[in-house]
Amino acid sequence: MAKSIDVSDLDIFYGSFKAVEDVTIPLAARSVTAFIGPSGCGKSTFLRSLNRMHEVIPGARVEGKIVIDGRDLYDADVDPVEVRRQIGMVFQRPNPFPTMSIYENVLAGKKLNGKRMDKATADGVVERSLTGANLWNEVKDRLKKPGASLSGGQQQRLCIARAIAVEPEVLLMDEPCSALDPISTSAIEDLIHELKESYTIVIVTHNMQQAARVSETTAFFNLAGTGQPGRLIEYGPTTKIFSNPDNPATEAYISGRFG
Amino acid sequence: MSTHLWTPPQRQGADELDESWYARSLPRFATGYFLLGAVVVAALLHLILGVGVVLAILAAWVLFVVALSITSRFVEGGRKSRDRLATSLVCSAFLIALVPLATLLYEVVSKGASVLSAQFFTYSMRNVIGEGGGIYHALMGTLIVTALTALMSIPIGILTAIYLVEYGNGRLAMAITFLVDVMTGIPSIVAGLFAFALFAIFFGTGVRMGFAGSVALSLLMIPLVVRSCEEMLKLVPNELREAAYALGVPKWRTILKVVVPTAMAGIVTGITIATARIIGETAPLLIICGATDSTNLNPFSGRMMTLPVFIFDQYRNPGIPPQFYVDRAWGAALVLTMIVMVLNLAARLVSYYFSPKTKA
Repeated sequence: MAKSIDVSDLDIFYGSFKAVEDVTIPLAARSVTAFIGPSGCGKSTFLRSLNRMHEVIPGARVEGKIVIDGRDLYDADVDPVEVRRQIGMVFQRPNPFPTMSIYENVLAGKKLNGKRMDKATADGVVERSLTGANLWNEVKDRLKKPGASLSGGQQQRLCIARAIAVEPEVLLMDEPCSALDPISTSAIEDLIHELKESYTIVIVTHNMQQAARVSETTAFFNLAGTGQPGRLIEYGPTTKIFSNPDNPATEAYISGRFG
Repeated sequence: MSTHLWTPPQRQGADELDESWYARSLPRFATGYFLLGAVVVAALLHLILGVGVVLAILAAWVLFVVALSITSRFVEGGRKSRDRLATSLVCSAFLIALVPLATLLYEVVSKGASVLSAQFFTYSMRNVIGEGGGIYHALMGTLIVTALTALMSIPIGILTAIYLVEYGNGRLAMAITFLVDVMTGIPSIVAGLFAFALFAIFFGTGVRMGFAGSVALSLLMIPLVVRSCEEMLKLVPNELREAAYALGVPKWRTILKVVVPTAMAGIVTGITIATARIIGETAPLLIICGATDSTNLNPFSGRMMTLPVFIFDQYRNPGIPPQFYVDRAWGAALVLTMIVMVLNLAARLVSYYFSPKTKA
């Protein structure tokens, strides 16, 4: 199921502004890759370009190659909607659909696409996804309640359940814990550990301990100054990046000397 | 090494600081007492000195505001005094705004209620001179014309709003927004003349029909619907759209199944209020629907009476004695007001039941 992604020479633009420059990085399957770096260095922008969510913003475009499964995501004949079906995303702020119940939120990816399924299949998908997101025991008795009635941490796990219900190849997480308390954060980190058995996970985080805890590979992004494009400074095994990075800027950042 | 606890230096005037936390204030019902006093003064002015009611109330009001803020100034200090002054002015403005509404409702109910009867709702004015008759023809006309108007305006308005919020960027969207703003300001009589001119091309200059009336009203209703729906769609957080896109949902399905349902309560409320707003339009209907005493349920042929035109007509062309005609006008006015009120209440209910629930 999980697939690896190869990014080469990627430039990302907002209109005429180049936000991210010259990124080349392989993202391994069945492992967690963490992006760290100061605010505004293009981590989230790069993440959003991985499932073609970047181009939703007017004027935004991408140059370069993102190859998954031997195909370039940005080929002219690739449908961005199909790409997003295979590469799921979890956002910084939990965003369950307010008009839907917990049950409907989990099935949103299928129901919104007009797929019909019988009750038993739907129940199975809901239970499997909520169990996968470590939420089943907390909500199994109130599946018909609105998704917005859950706490912030539960909502975020509901959003993860919603993302894995469509069985994507890759799961992108854009600071999934930044709006959550330590207990919910720990729950989601445990979940990431379980999910990497079957998914390729890419996570953006501002929390370096979190990157060290959850990821196999860490990539450090930085920008030379305001108005300059962000760049990938270095990437490597998380243990190496946090103990003996090649680049002095990486060391300065992880040791807390700036950023 | 001797240890000793650090003691904060005694601060000068520390007691005064604590004192200053407690401020003197007027008794709890001070505003009520002052109001009572002002009412008594107004009554005395009116009854003993023979001052006119309006002048007496005005004098008492000035006395109330001035006395309350001055007393408060000396007892409670400047900030509380200014607060009391501002509060009294704001509440006074609210009461003044309420006066026309309250008197209008009183007037309509007191003059119209006695006319309402089964006959009033089931009879037209055909062959009625003097007493009797009813508004059946006008009521049906209003319902038919308004329903047709809504049928035309709601889809066009909602789709325009969706275009503006979800798709439109650049010159076309700006032009549409500008034109909608201009349309909002069109005098209703001009809309009537436009419909008349338009239908005169096809049916000759003497044309009168209900459908033409709804075309005229649509010109007035569409911009209202566009505006309210646009505002509601803009309120839908972008995160929800992105959440749907990230699940691989195409844009049109995202709009249809996420954006519009989330904004549904506001959209329906906006539409209901727009309907209530145009249901009382008189001028365009006077031109293009005409006036008649008979029931006409076919909107595509012939004159069609509507409630606003009925009211105008009863007042404009009373028979002798005029009392019955004036009564019927008030009765029709009451019915029209009730329809508007019911629509507004419906809007409230709809927004309550449709709005996304957050409580478990």
